[in-house]
Amino acid sequence: MKKTIFVFGLIFLSVVCFVSFVIGANQEFPVSPPPITEGMFPCSNCHASMEVNRKKRELKDEHSDIKLHHAETMRWCLDCHDARNRDKLRLYNGEVINFTEGYRLCGECHGNVYKAWRAGIHGKRTGYFAGPGKRTYFLCAHCHDPHEPKFKPIKPEPPPFRPTEAENAR
Amino acid sequence: MRDKHYTRREFIRNLSLTAIAGLSIPLFSACTKEEAEDFLQKHFLEMTEKEKKRLIAKLEERYQQKYGRKFQISTKEAQQDTLWGYGLELSRCIGCRRCVYACVKENNNSRYKRQLQWIRVLRLKRGNLINLENSEHYYDPEIVPEKGFIYLPVQCQQCQDPPCVKVCPVHATWQEPDGIVVVDYNWCVGCRYCIAACPYKGRVFNWGEPNIPPEELNTSVHYLGNRPRMKCAVEKCTFCIQRVRSGRYPACVEACPTGARKFGNLLDPKSEIRYIIENKRVFRLKEDLNTDSKFYYFFEG
Amino acid sequence: METLRVTLKETWHFYRKTLILVAKGSNAYYAWCFLLLAFIAAGVLFYLKQHDVGLLATNMNDQVSWGLYIANFTYLVGAAAAAVLLVIPSYIYHFKPIKEIVILGELFAASSVIMAILFVMVDLGRLDRFWHMLPFLGKMNFPESLLAWDVLALNGYLVLNILIPVYLLVKFYYRKDPNWKFILPFILISVPWAVGIHTVTAFLYNGLPARPFWNASILAPRFLASAFCSGPAIIIIIFQIIRKVSAIKIEDEALFKIAELIAYAMFLNLFLLGSEIYKEYYSHSVHIAAFEYLFEGLHGHNLLVPWIWAAMAMNVIAFFIFLVPSTRKRLTTLNLGCLLIIVGVWIEKGPGFVIPGFVPDPLGEIHEYIPNLLELMVSFGIWALGLLIFTFLMKVAIPIVTGEFTHTEYEKEVTALRHR
Repeated sequence: MKKTIFVFGLIFLSVVCFVSFVIGANQEFPVSPPPITEGMFPCSNCHASMEVNRKKRELKDEHSDIKLHHAETMRWCLDCHDARNRDKLRLYNGEVINFTEGYRLCGECHGNVYKAWRAGIHGKRTGYFAGPGKRTYFLCAHCHDPHEPKFKPIKPEPPPFRPTEAENAR
Repeated sequence: MRDKHYTRREFIRNLSLTAIAGLSIPLFSACTKEEAEDFLQKHFLEMTEKEKKRLIAKLEERYQQKYGRKFQISTKEAQQDTLWGYGLELSRCIGCRRCVYACVKENNNSRYKRQLQWIRVLRLKRGNLINLENSEHYYDPEIVPEKGFIYLPVQCQQCQDPPCVKVCPVHATWQEPDGIVVVDYNWCVGCRYCIAACPYKGRVFNWGEPNIPPEELNTSVHYLGNRPRMKCAVEKCTFCIQRVRSGRYPACVEACPTGARKFGNLLDPKSEIRYIIENKRVFRLKEDLNTDSKFYYFFEG
Repeated sequence: METLRVTLKETWHFYRKTLILVAKGSNAYYAWCFLLLAFIAAGVLFYLKQHDVGLLATNMNDQVSWGLYIANFTYLVGAAAAAVLLVIPSYIYHFKPIKEIVILGELFAASSVIMAILFVMVDLGRLDRFWHMLPFLGKMNFPESLLAWDVLALNGYLVLNILIPVYLLVKFYYRKDPNWKFILPFILISVPWAVGIHTVTAFLYNGLPARPFWNASILAPRFLASAFCSGPAIIIIIFQIIRKVSAIKIEDEALFKIAELIAYAMFLNLFLLGSEIYKEYYSHSVHIAAFEYLFEGLHGHNLLVPWIWAAMAMNVIAFFIFLVPSTRKRLTTLNLGCLLIIVGVWIEKGPGFVIPGFVPDPLGEIHEYIPNLLELMVSFGIWALGLLIFTFLMKVAIPIVTGEFTHTEYEKEVTALRHR
């Protein structure tokens, strides 16, 4: 009798864990649409009819404008983009996800940042943070180009006028 | 002999009286129409609802005449159980000053001539954070961030124990229930004691009449926040009171391209700012002055 | 009804006579008055410009937000306080012309306070909103704001310093003995009140942790010490002028005694300054920046350095002049010492105090400040107005005190008319 209860309890717990894990993992954030270049999506328009070449190489025919500067010694395109379905991204365990859930993929390596992003303290949110208004979260890709994620330096806005400058006089 | 004294005394008396009268006429007529209208206006906190409505109507009409734009002036009060807090991730600030100019645009600050900015970005050499004497305010490189430097944006810290509120002789500035320190621009006498008292240089003064091109005005304003100000009144960051009381992020939070700025309700345990305080190592500027500022800086990585 | 008519007639006669007194004088007097009137007119015109454009017309900015006006205000509050504080030593040392000293000193204090209040008023950005600062009518932030305390203290002091001399003068005019039971409490209270106004002004600066240059406990004692140097020095010069143009006898001994007191006050002032300098330079914390700006120059900015060193030299030289009896008891060196102290303390307490509080500013910026022409002319105008008011008050008070201008003259006139 005790053994039965114990076994059932174990099964129940694991089911709960699995389900909650799945639910947590599939928690959707109301993100803006992913920033894919015009006309590129759905990728399967071209790739459905193409042969899959899993060899790590530099692309010369198409997508030559994309220079991979993101763990390029250890990874290449098909590590993140699913080889069979180019409309989806590929997690490490083979699971495929939508572009709108791209944060799960980034979070696999960048776990700390992913945790912070989920709490809302990494990246940007705009709109309404309270009340009935619409709030918008930004995907990782909205700020970081996934192929070249490091921010480029930008030109700063002009410095303030010094008080003695002519512009501040009458 | 008597006549001579009489004439001289009369002459001097008449001359003095004419001089005084003559000089006081331009003094009195130097007051503008606006100043004459607003002369007897009560303090905002002492107005009844009806008086506030009348005041708003008068201001809206005045702005319509002056700028040719229709303004919506809100007097929305603080929400319950709210205490606004701000977080700024210093490791992500690149000193691009987008926040400065977004704030200027959102809050109808005077610009071009007599520039008034509520946010000041300091550039500090790496290895130095607390001694601001060696900061550079007027850096103007080609690109930011520059190597070897960090950037520290400073604005009104909305202190819980604000020294500026303490020293104002007329109660023109006070702390609202949701923690924002506000100014009644129509009540301020322009003595600038609060500017001397602020340890963060959060407050600036309209030395002359503000200068904003009418087409650049932001017409959704709050009476205590970003409505167009007048000369010789103090102003400061109000955490975009016109936005946050409706639940929107302040303009600087939305403008930051690296997402360094965070905002939220300190009394809401699930807010972003509470997460930051509980999980990151936060500090506040000049904490030894005991101003209990609500502007938390933190680093990550 | 009859007594009311008589009183009105007497009062009208009094005012007519005072106008004659004010309007009649030597050529030097006319020259002095017209010079002052010219400065006042210029000051008013420049102030109108400032009223029109806003404080933009001055050289103040967000970093250095208080300038020449507040510097002068600080100095004048000190002068006003010291004038009344002179009453105590006069009483202790049994100065013969004690009642003259009380009256003239208080009238000088009243003129000083009027100047100080005017300086604050021209410094306000929105003078039309001045009524916000009044208790009951406006919304005065008492007791938290030290400026509110200052408004009450200064205006109360002004009332005291008008009430006491006017009461005494009217009594002397009518050749009656003042009711000391009534007026003595006011005179006695005006002495701690004098200490009070200057302490409140010092606390105004003292209570700001944002400005480490001012946030020193030593500020109020230093203010009082330097006030007790400059105020009596001005009084010494004024007394010499008064005894020359009128029949009031002020002995040299009285002047020398006052100078001796100035010597002690200056010693205290220098000692307190030395204490501050030791504390800053030895501890060598970040807060030394303002001192460095003042005495050495900071990052190439050194506008105030020659001024403060000149002031230090003047103070030390004056200290020795007043300390050494032979120089103190000679009128030429005494007057030189007085002039040195007046200017030296003005520099030290005016621009040498207000401006380094703002340099560097709380975020480390350094902006130097020089007053522009408008500020200078408005300041001269206010000084001229104060001096003119004091001159006119003296013109009326001195004849009353010496007995030249009394009610008996009026009575003689009336009886002469009746007997015609």
